[in-house]
Amino acid sequence: MTILKNRLFWPAAILVALLIVNAFTSNQFVTVRDGHLFGSLIDILRGSAPLVLVALGMTLVIATGGIDLSVGSVMAISGAVACLLISDLGNQNSVGSVLLIIVIAIAVSLLAGLWNGALVALVGIQPIIATLILMVAGRGIAQLITDGQIINVQSGPYATIATGFFLALPVAFLIAVAAVVLITLLTRRTALGLLLESVGGSPTASRLAGIRSRRITTMVYVVSGGFAGLAGLIYSANIKSADSISAGNLIELDAILAVVIGGTALIGGRFSIAGTVLGAVLIQALGVTVVAVGVPPEATLLFKAVVVVALCLSQSAAFREKVFGRFTSTRTEAIA
Amino acid sequence: MTTIDATPDTGNKKDSPANPRRRVYRPNAKYIPILSTLALLVIMYSGAVANFENFGQPSVVVNLFRDNAVLLVVAVGMTFVIITGGIDLSVGAVISLTTTLTATLLQGGWPPLVVLVLVLLLGSLIGAGQGAVIHYFKVEPFIATLAGLFLARGLALFINQQSIPIRDETWKAISEYRIPLAEGVVTKPIAIVALAAVLIAAAVLAWTRFGRNVYAIGGSADSALLMGLPVARTRIAVYTLSGFCAALGGVLFSINSTSGWALQGNGLELDAIAACVIGGVLLTGGSGYVFGALLGVLVTGLIQTIIIFQGDLNAAWTRIIVGVLLFAFIVLQRLVTRKVK
Repeated sequence: MTILKNRLFWPAAILVALLIVNAFTSNQFVTVRDGHLFGSLIDILRGSAPLVLVALGMTLVIATGGIDLSVGSVMAISGAVACLLISDLGNQNSVGSVLLIIVIAIAVSLLAGLWNGALVALVGIQPIIATLILMVAGRGIAQLITDGQIINVQSGPYATIATGFFLALPVAFLIAVAAVVLITLLTRRTALGLLLESVGGSPTASRLAGIRSRRITTMVYVVSGGFAGLAGLIYSANIKSADSISAGNLIELDAILAVVIGGTALIGGRFSIAGTVLGAVLIQALGVTVVAVGVPPEATLLFKAVVVVALCLSQSAAFREKVFGRFTSTRTEAIA
Repeated sequence: MTTIDATPDTGNKKDSPANPRRRVYRPNAKYIPILSTLALLVIMYSGAVANFENFGQPSVVVNLFRDNAVLLVVAVGMTFVIITGGIDLSVGAVISLTTTLTATLLQGGWPPLVVLVLVLLLGSLIGAGQGAVIHYFKVEPFIATLAGLFLARGLALFINQQSIPIRDETWKAISEYRIPLAEGVVTKPIAIVALAAVLIAAAVLAWTRFGRNVYAIGGSADSALLMGLPVARTRIAVYTLSGFCAALGGVLFSINSTSGWALQGNGLELDAIAACVIGGVLLTGGSGYVFGALLGVLVTGLIQTIIIFQGDLNAAWTRIIVGVLLFAFIVLQRLVTRKVK
């Protein structure tokens, strides 16, 4: 009964159900080919890497009571910067140059995050509006970088971050795992997590208690920008091109959804990284499963809506009490 | 709130003739955000008039209402929701569902009046459903209406993924009808509908019991409940109203474009929220006016018009300029508000 009451029980149960459906419908769930793991499970893990990264940054932002709508645009910018620089390279397969370019692209993303953070923490603009500015303008900047074109690249090392394998596992998945482990250690093994929750609970009280609220708030937007940039690199490396229109389009809503499914309240003050990862993988698994079981494309969004509604209701304590509570009470009445 | 009111007969030392600040007109603090928006809007308009030929013509202002009729109607509904401390992300999707359904039904030969009533009812029903889920099941508004967004757009895509033309005579007649306002200045019926929606909503919010309940819930839902106010009814009503406004916006959209498309109104929810915030409606709830939302819509509309008058901007620069102007506007508004405080 205690397991049933855990907030993450139903999301986890739905994820397991989706994976089971996948295991039966797809011809390969997990297989070994050329020394790598393949199959729909690996596809889900690999495909969920960008969303996990974006949602991870979003979790920290939401923990402080903010929100970051600009992540999709930052993804587009970082992909555009990387692809533009790589396409200018003499030898696109030079590992050193590609690594340097990746660092540059992430630095640009961190700057974008710093802009958001400054608007929220220093100027004092409401987060939803502050990040809306970059959401609108950012995609324009990305289009400007690529000159309105889709830049194609033929770089082996760059493609590796999305489609490569290391120790039989997809590199994109490993990047996401590394990010999750890093953030978990930083927030749960140091005081940082406590400070984040404190700022989310009350910035003023935190400041009076000696916490540098503004610095913490700025930092979470910088981190969110960085992770969005990394996600943008994985996205663009996967399609080997920079598409400034569709890169990260609407990912902010999926990321926020992942965070909420994971049990982090939008009002801030507490957060769950494990929950966020679960939520992000669940959303990705849902998308893959819908295609795998052959739901027609025009109904995929409807299908997603139904699952999201069911999931949100299952997490609402009030809903469980009203619906399931009624059954138990009628039963007791019948006994009496 | 009223402490800043400079009433002449307070006898306070601060108000003695020696104090030069006494003569300065200082408005009620609660009107400062909306007044600063109005002032900045006037400055922006004057600047545009000075810079562009023909910008000063009355048709520019009149067309502002015509071109932003849909956003205006949606922002009105959004204002009520935001004042209660909520948010409604589903409005753009409800518009797409409304236009798609309207076009499909009209193509099927349904009578126009029946279609109109049906889609308005559907929009209200979606809103009411979201409101009920938010209130009774305590799901966060952001998430409940995000699910509503997926549901409405999913339904629209399920009905038809293509753009559907409307060939109904009534719809076409309304679409082509022009209302002469002055010599050489005409407007469309949709602008009048939008303006009427603003006036009615402003009256309801300012002068009815329902309007006061909306503010009370936004101030503190718990206190409102303890005061015996009908919190459940009011909260569901504001989401119903927002759904109705979105459906009405969808009808206006289908009249204006004489077509229906499932991808219509993408991202409109954020435009509406931005318009409300620019107009001084606080996202934390409890504060704001319908006229603020009107001013917010006019600001975003004016930005678009300026970009059209500029003429030589491509899509990328248009986005960047909109972002920059939005940024400049919000920062200026903050500075003005802070200084007067």
